[in-house]
Amino acid sequence: MVEKNQLSPDVKEKLKQEYLKGWRLALRKSIPVKERMKIPRQKMPEREPEERNRDFCEVNLGLAEEAARKEAARCLDCANPQCVLGCPVRIDIPTFIKLIEKGDFIQSARKIKETNSLPAICGRVCPQESQCEALCNLKKATGVPVAIGNLERFVSDYERLHGEVYIPPPAPATGHKVAVLGAGPAGLTVAGELVKKGHQVTVFEALHVAGGVLVYGIPEFRLPKGILEAEVDYLKKLGVEFRMNFVVGLTATLDDLRQEGYEAFFIGTGAGLPNFMRIPGENLIGVYSANEYLTRVNLMRAYAFPEYDTPVFRGKRAAVIGGGNVAMDAVRTAKRLGAEEATIVYRRSRKEMPAREEEIKHAEEEGIKFHFLTAPIRYLGDDCYRVRAMECIQMELGEPDSSGRRRPVPIPGSEFTMEVDLVVVAIGQSPNPLIPQTTPELKVGKWGNVEVDWETMATSVEGVYAGGDIIRGGATVILAMGDGRIAAREIDNYLNSLENR
Amino acid sequence: MAEIIKRERLVPNIHCVEIEAPEIARKCQPGQFIIVMPDEKGERIPLTVADWDRESGTVTCVFLVVGTSTHKLSFLQAGDEIPVVVGPLGRPTKIEKLNTVMVIGGCYGIGAIYPLARAYKNLGSKVLTLIDVKADYLFYWKEKFEEVSDEIFVSSRDYVYDCQGYVPQILKKILRERKQKINRVYASGCTYLLYTCAQATQPARIETIVALNPIMVDGTGMCGACRVTVGGKTKFACVDGPDFDGHQVDWEELFARRKSYFDDEIQSLCYWERKTFP
Repeated sequence: MVEKNQLSPDVKEKLKQEYLKGWRLALRKSIPVKERMKIPRQKMPEREPEERNRDFCEVNLGLAEEAARKEAARCLDCANPQCVLGCPVRIDIPTFIKLIEKGDFIQSARKIKETNSLPAICGRVCPQESQCEALCNLKKATGVPVAIGNLERFVSDYERLHGEVYIPPPAPATGHKVAVLGAGPAGLTVAGELVKKGHQVTVFEALHVAGGVLVYGIPEFRLPKGILEAEVDYLKKLGVEFRMNFVVGLTATLDDLRQEGYEAFFIGTGAGLPNFMRIPGENLIGVYSANEYLTRVNLMRAYAFPEYDTPVFRGKRAAVIGGGNVAMDAVRTAKRLGAEEATIVYRRSRKEMPAREEEIKHAEEEGIKFHFLTAPIRYLGDDCYRVRAMECIQMELGEPDSSGRRRPVPIPGSEFTMEVDLVVVAIGQSPNPLIPQTTPELKVGKWGNVEVDWETMATSVEGVYAGGDIIRGGATVILAMGDGRIAAREIDNYLNSLENR
Repeated sequence: MAEIIKRERLVPNIHCVEIEAPEIARKCQPGQFIIVMPDEKGERIPLTVADWDRESGTVTCVFLVVGTSTHKLSFLQAGDEIPVVVGPLGRPTKIEKLNTVMVIGGCYGIGAIYPLARAYKNLGSKVLTLIDVKADYLFYWKEKFEEVSDEIFVSSRDYVYDCQGYVPQILKKILRERKQKINRVYASGCTYLLYTCAQATQPARIETIVALNPIMVDGTGMCGACRVTVGGKTKFACVDGPDFDGHQVDWEELFARRKSYFDDEIQSLCYWERKTFP
């Protein structure tokens, strides 16, 4: 994986032009830097843990206007903003924040949309603390960065709630047809970018709702479905066509689509293959993959069973295996569905957990238990083949592995049994094999991931690009969107080059 | 949205539905299935494709009315639309010219084996069809099968046919009495039928392919609800199957997993009935 740690000259130039504008200068001078640094970080209002862990309504309530402007005033408007470097889609962060400070929320939202088609989503689910906010110069000075994510969420919500979502006039049609495979974060980004260039874009999606992991994976209490619908609606208004219930590879192959006139392709079919641990008892009833558990609850709305037809087990003693964001989503979902005890079982310690700090904190507040340095070794069933207990082993941390985290090592003789009636295995996903299987000329790596040139997202097949979890395995929404942005630029270049041939 | 072209009750409790789905009709092969959702609040359920018309762009499925989703499907009329029809899913059945093939179907599986029988017949294989019904009047598509079968056997529990009994007895009898070897047995229907067929052919070691029918959600390999153990390995029926070697399947696990939501299914059906027939 290549993380580019430099801004391209054109991004630098744009940042500079905005930085030098008169209103920015005046705004910078209006409050001295020392005063700005004294303003405390504005707290994100949240619902009370004991209230929110019983329903699926959103946990974070969003900043109020006054708080948002105050938070925006904390931004020092640096001449050399590092935050942009931390953003995979290169949002002009200083400009959108300064527009908030100025009170021009609508312009601020539009500024973000120049580079990010899904800001209301990113403002909620991006790991800002390890990206833009990690590089914030204010963090270096005071230890507390500007709440960039909360501000991004604020302006995009403001724009949507005030009904002023701006639809740019359509670009002149180029006559080129692009097929985007998968309506997840990567695909939606590509679609948004390319339709703005005047290409005819069709998104093919296997499920019946657009959004990919945003709709089947991330729960309502973290990302309300209405937000996603609004973002997808925006893309439709821009002219993107969606073909749902269409499994590329089965309903039609890449070659079939080529014959229908599609000239360029983006594969964004995600990590749709759940990993299991291959330990005894994993197929007992009540042991779910995180994908299945969350899909039942989020996409199929099993939380509203029997009004909705899809059921899901409502365990009293739920254990979720894993320490990532998906594990946090699953365990908090189990709690909301009535688990008296909902526990994270993770083989390393709290420090190594890949989940976002905010998610861990929210889970702790909501009464989630944590068993660190613990891994299941087998599941035990009852007469009806239902899981009733889980045998675990204690771990200790040994030498660091290739990921730089210390490797967990089992402690012999430390086995113990935990009573459980619901287990969710959230130890990661692998790339979905359907398109690689039906497109033999596509080069695939060791883990089933589609291989790309990381500079251009081009695959081994001409005109075919890929991004997101299909090339990375399980990663994040914003990295997928970053890939999408690069791929869109390259697809645009590719289509233009076709004309010159 | 997909339009219902026709919905017809074939025999008591078994219906067939013809759906407009040009892309699926164009690609569909014997043994594949589609996933449908009968309405916006419905469940995603797999249905084996029983026939298709590539020119008019429709696919036909046969289903047994058993739970909420199939009750909802049985109320559809021509012109209605359903929100999800996706496919063709699963790997197509491997079909090559063999001397003699036996296809066995019961319940919805009678419809499901029809395209297989036809494909084998077209390749010039001798097709023996074994239909399992509780009673004579439950045998649908008889004429269709007569066209594509060299011989038709029936296992039934009434006295219309001279072969009372359940599938395994008839199957064993055929295996015992026939002189020519049967090269492959293919079975589709309820799990118990598949299991007994595999049991019956085991001693003679006749290759027996069973079309498994575990619970599914997305049908594209994403969720793993349809895990089955075959030859000691976990497989996803939706992408690795639905056809598997019947002699390798962990049947106990499959029977149990099929009943995962037994109580919920009853609750759901009661809820729907109370609403539909107040």
